[in-house]
Amino acid sequence: MVEKLLVENKNIVVPGEVLAEGMNFLPGKRAFREKEKICASILGLVNINGRVISVIPLSGAYMPNKDDVVIGQIEDVGFSGWHVNIFCPYPADLNVAEATRKYLDTNKTELTRFLDIGEYIFAKVIKVSSSKFVILTMKDRPYRKLKEGTIIKICSTKIPRLIGKKGSMVNMLKQSSGCEILIGQNGLVWISGDPEKEQMVVRAISKIEEEAHREGLTDRIKTMLGGENGKKRTARETNS
Amino acid sequence: MVKKGQPEKLIVKGKRLDGRGFDQMRDVSIKAGVIPEAEGSAELSLGETKVIAAVYGPREVIPKHLANPEKGIIKCVYTMASFATPDRNRPGPSRRSVEISKVMAEALTPVVNLEKYPKTSIDVFVEVTNANAGTRTAAINAASVALADAGIEMNDLVTSIAGGKADGQLILDLFNPEDNYGEADLPIAYLPRTGEVSLLQMDGELTPAEIEKLLKMIKKACEELYKKQKNALRERYKLK
Amino acid sequence: MKILKSHLKSVISKGKRDDGRELVEYRDIKIEVNPIQRANGSARVRLGNTDVIVGVKIELGEPFPDTPEDGVQIVNAELNSIASPDFEEGPPRPEAIELARVVDRGIREGKAIDTGKLCITPGEKVWCVFMDIYPMNADGNLFDASALAAIIALKNARFPKYDKKTDEIKYDELTNEKLPIKTTPILNTYGKINNSIFLDPSSSEEKVLDARISVATLENGNVCAMQKGETGTFTIDEINKITKDSKKYAEKLRKLVK
Repeated sequence: MVEKLLVENKNIVVPGEVLAEGMNFLPGKRAFREKEKICASILGLVNINGRVISVIPLSGAYMPNKDDVVIGQIEDVGFSGWHVNIFCPYPADLNVAEATRKYLDTNKTELTRFLDIGEYIFAKVIKVSSSKFVILTMKDRPYRKLKEGTIIKICSTKIPRLIGKKGSMVNMLKQSSGCEILIGQNGLVWISGDPEKEQMVVRAISKIEEEAHREGLTDRIKTMLGGENGKKRTARETNS
Repeated sequence: MVKKGQPEKLIVKGKRLDGRGFDQMRDVSIKAGVIPEAEGSAELSLGETKVIAAVYGPREVIPKHLANPEKGIIKCVYTMASFATPDRNRPGPSRRSVEISKVMAEALTPVVNLEKYPKTSIDVFVEVTNANAGTRTAAINAASVALADAGIEMNDLVTSIAGGKADGQLILDLFNPEDNYGEADLPIAYLPRTGEVSLLQMDGELTPAEIEKLLKMIKKACEELYKKQKNALRERYKLK
Repeated sequence: MKILKSHLKSVISKGKRDDGRELVEYRDIKIEVNPIQRANGSARVRLGNTDVIVGVKIELGEPFPDTPEDGVQIVNAELNSIASPDFEEGPPRPEAIELARVVDRGIREGKAIDTGKLCITPGEKVWCVFMDIYPMNADGNLFDASALAAIIALKNARFPKYDKKTDEIKYDELTNEKLPIKTTPILNTYGKINNSIFLDPSSSEEKVLDARISVATLENGNVCAMQKGETGTFTIDEINKITKDSKKYAEKLRKLVK
């Protein structure tokens, strides 16, 4: 058997495409083995890590996993908790006991006074059952109800790019805008700060989403942010 | 007996009425990502036959009782626009479109890793906007690209083309006169990685030996189609 | 349901069926010809426990604009709740439409009815032949049972009394004139579980089979219609074998057509 790698790192591959031949290679995430072959199981970018070949998706709906950090919207209120839309095919539940460390007497307190329908929360997935019942918690920091700010949704597959290596991308956004930014792995992003700066961050994130698969993105975003900040400054100077 | 509007011959001097060779399919063009509202989409033309496919989901199943807690389901809706045919085609589902929707869903299902998507529905919609025979094969080719574009986990793409017979000659990819007045039509969906057939229908009259020859012809054409599908998906994310 | 599959799987991979049949063996077939007096022609086919009645009605009507000199052939299937706990009332579901269309295609493409002889006034008046499929008990393979009942009903159908001059038709009086039938297309349906292919799937086999294929053949062994169903697949070699073998299996059923 000849060991043969048929793709290079960051190649775009389609579902079913053969990535490598030979038993020496191992299928990673979104790849599978068929006899001697390793094949892609999704449209995405090849990621070769030693003998392990995986595929990073370019698109697709968010599917919840334990320990994911998400942003959700309160959809309905029950006797002992809330139903939360976490923008995936499955609704999530937030129990009163998981909502706050404070004691809430459900007989006396109307739950909607704590979290009302339509409000957004920043929460963590603590459990996903095999048939996809999802349980959330927000009792520890930094999980909380989200107040004023802008909320946007991008494709969840682009979230790692938005965060960047060790948070480099999002930190750059925070520093240059002075905004607070919270990112849900389900693709929702909350931005809070000066309304004009919020808009600047939204534009930058939109560019990151569009160009996530392209090289040199960080530099382009840096230039974009620098330019926008620069422009504003010039405008103000002219006014004064 | 020659019917009204029927050409006297379908094969003239060894050529088909549109000038094609016997085993030549019509020009194919595929573009992925044409409907931003959808998770995935594709527009495809096969000669004058034009279709647009969109994929929504995985999303909650409606009605709820159809949901399967162990795996997702594929819903397929094939419709033909009222202006797609010479006589105005009455909008809404017909017996023909219901049948095609059913066999299309069955043709696409084997490549989708449905166990990844319990309780959900992956909805595939195909609108035929211009019909000149081969609409179901065009629809399957487009739907397969749309599914991959939607980031659905799959083990292969699905390719599809018809074989047939006109004036005693075995031919590939029938167009209208051959479809209407030819002797046989054999639409096939073919999985390029495994070599399996996931859709097969036939009407007309063929010997088993002719079927064998047509299947060979179809297989070759499907391998060509597969390359075009791959290209369309790669083009979508190609560096500009 | 899972256990049922592994059980059937092991039985079928040993070349046997859970009801003791060989892989390429039909269940017992019983045929009643013209049990429905009101119909122009009818047949009731029992294929094991599957029980289907097909009635033929011949009525005057208009031809389709693109075939002004041909009679009209229409097949319809009613999967009513009487026949199975799985059948629901309401508009025809995809399964019923598929059944009707596959039966229709075998008869139409096999040119069983000489539709040219059903013309009375070109472009205006032709005979319309309606075949309505009514399963009474659905225990698998409605396709073959319905197609067989349909061709038998056609072969035994007689025209109603019609006076061309006065244009008077008496639907309640049948003549002795039979429908012009040229060929006898026969439908054979195969199931596939794992890599085993078998004829005439029962309902328990239908619930677990990976894929299904129906092949209509003519007397000369030529194939006139095919349809693959369900979400599994066939290899090209399997399809080639099935289309070649079908002549042999069709012949057995064709002998039953009276």
